[in-house]
Amino acid sequence: MTTTPNGLVWLDTPAFPRAARAALADTALRANLKHATGTIRDKRLAVTGELTDWEQLRDAGAALKRRTLRHLDRYLVELEASVTRAGGTVHWAGDAAEANRIVAGLVEATGECEVVKVKSMATQEIGLNEALAEAGITAYETDLAELIVQLGRDRPSHILVPAIHRNRGEIREIFRREMGRWGRPAPDDLTDDPRALAEAARLHLREKFLRAKVAVSGANFAIAATGTVGVVESEGNGRMCLTLPRTLITVMGIEKVLPLWSDLEVFLQLLPRSSTGERMNPYTSTWTGITPGDGPRDFHLVLLDNGRTATLADTVGRQALACIRCSACLNVCPVYERTGGHAYGSVYPGPIGAVLTPQLVGVEHAASLPFASTLCGACYDACPVKINIPEVLAHLRAEVVEHKRRTHTLPSAEALVMKAAAGVLATPRRLAAAQKAAALAGRLVARDGGIGRLPGPLHGWTDTRDTPQPPAETFRGWWHKNREQS
Amino acid sequence: MRIALFITCFNDTLYPSTGRAVVRLLERLGHTVEFPVGQTCCGQMHFNTGYRPEALPLVRRFAEVFAGYDAVVSPSASCVGMVRDSHRVVAGQYGDPGLCAAVDAVAPRVYELSEFLVDVLGVSDVGAFYPHKVAYHPTCHSLRMLRVGDKPLRLLRAVRGIELVELAQADSCCGFGGTFALKNAGTSVAMLEDKMRCVGESGAQVLSAADNSCLMHIGGGLHRLRSGVRVVHLAEILAATGEGPA
Repeated sequence: MTTTPNGLVWLDTPAFPRAARAALADTALRANLKHATGTIRDKRLAVTGELTDWEQLRDAGAALKRRTLRHLDRYLVELEASVTRAGGTVHWAGDAAEANRIVAGLVEATGECEVVKVKSMATQEIGLNEALAEAGITAYETDLAELIVQLGRDRPSHILVPAIHRNRGEIREIFRREMGRWGRPAPDDLTDDPRALAEAARLHLREKFLRAKVAVSGANFAIAATGTVGVVESEGNGRMCLTLPRTLITVMGIEKVLPLWSDLEVFLQLLPRSSTGERMNPYTSTWTGITPGDGPRDFHLVLLDNGRTATLADTVGRQALACIRCSACLNVCPVYERTGGHAYGSVYPGPIGAVLTPQLVGVEHAASLPFASTLCGACYDACPVKINIPEVLAHLRAEVVEHKRRTHTLPSAEALVMKAAAGVLATPRRLAAAQKAAALAGRLVARDGGIGRLPGPLHGWTDTRDTPQPPAETFRGWWHKNREQS
Repeated sequence: MRIALFITCFNDTLYPSTGRAVVRLLERLGHTVEFPVGQTCCGQMHFNTGYRPEALPLVRRFAEVFAGYDAVVSPSASCVGMVRDSHRVVAGQYGDPGLCAAVDAVAPRVYELSEFLVDVLGVSDVGAFYPHKVAYHPTCHSLRMLRVGDKPLRLLRAVRGIELVELAQADSCCGFGGTFALKNAGTSVAMLEDKMRCVGESGAQVLSAADNSCLMHIGGGLHRLRSGVRVVHLAEILAATGEGPA
């Protein structure tokens, strides 16, 4: 698949409104999404509602992230020293290409030509699997949902549940058709029973775990003080990858560093409750460098920038870097619920994707995303680290318009309308004149007191909604007659 | 207390009956309402569509026109949200220290109608009579920007003759979102469909809210389907007494 140079945006996906149209018409997708987001939403509400200090936890999470990002340079250098002291090797990658080069080089140095992977957004972001394939290295996804996506030659559509757009019937078909090409085939009598599907995946993946000499992971956090890196997961497949192979390579965005081990007290409460709606996730793996006789003998940590320091320079937009990838904002978003993740055309979909993607790739490469929201604020309420997503969306909309102003010689129709509206609203006299014109125009097109379907640029509105005819007398007209002259 | 009405350009043009209702209601409660005629628009459409420099003169005008009032009351939660949350952003980004100070002075005194009635005037029974079956849609900006909580419902519960019915998934966005409804028409309509279904299932004859913009969107869909449900702004229910226009 072709992406922007830093891997984040799929270039074959059209702008959001058009991509969304296809998704909205897919009835199976709509049903899958409605069911899945609804279920996870209720679970999250139950486990966040039961904590009396949930709001204080959110405040603590937000404050910890804010402080860490302010001193990110210091904590990253401290992390490098701690990881090195513990026997690991730290690599710095400025962008996706550099990170991919580093990882491919590390795998090649082991002489292996396959790796097992722990579910990771950072490696999705840089398109690592594709880069490894070019270097002749096969990467096997081992997270169940990522496996479904990989076998289906599909794209992830959710941060936590990448195959949320698939139902069990579709998964059964993918397993039966594709598993044999990658390794152990699915049994002939495979049903769509979740237990049968999971068992087929277990048997298929077990071969990979026992054979693999190299694993690649992401990280949910890394502790600057101790050099400890951690992965939070549900299935235990991550734990297999993190403990069995000889070499472990972790790719981590630089914003994932936390100062102290004790900071995990906050995030290990916030993350599972916000993401899977569980009190605690089943597997939390942490490792500090290498431990002789236990786990990998070689550990490499690749620290990835890929647009993050540029984002950090934006005083409003930088709060998006506090994201802990829980996907609560996706699950509560009324837009995501209808369109799914593919319409966003990015590794990071949903509300957080709409603020993160344009910042990491530049607003010109994702100009429709900040507008893919009604600014309803459900995401802000759900965010465990209180990222004010509507604030950042509005901020990025201004950047998109500013960028268009700078690069287009002719103003767009929208810009002309906005300019005209600003002129009308500049004085009450002009507003009153425009109101008279609107009332007149309304009378011309209205039937039975309402305006029905209209051709032209307003059809998106009038195709499905009637509009009341503007009344002959405005409020200010009424006030003038009844209050000022009485 | 000097009370100013901020009607909003949208209500002024399309829903003057809502403005008249606010005036009637506040006068019935013994207050004098002023309408500063220099007012035009809060700039929300420009701000939320990314045209911030165009919003600057509107922010300046608002701060000038409404300076000196003890309270500015508006029948639009989203316009009040714009004034309270975003005027300072525009002033800080494109204005001068004088404008920032003017915004800081006026913004905290701008109230959405239900906030003004419950928090400032301390009333929840405004003496209204409205014998209809009503569902209330808590708009996103009233709920999550202004945090009005259950104030509108407290006011509605005290209305005589009213039958308030439960609206399922009430706090879900209706899909309006200003220019979102044009830019992302398909998604907007998909959200509208679900909202209309919940309204239909509620059995209400009337759908009410604190914002006519959301109501124009939902009501426009309901009218197109000839659903028989009409939309009425909260202010018009609270102003109704059974005598005179309702």
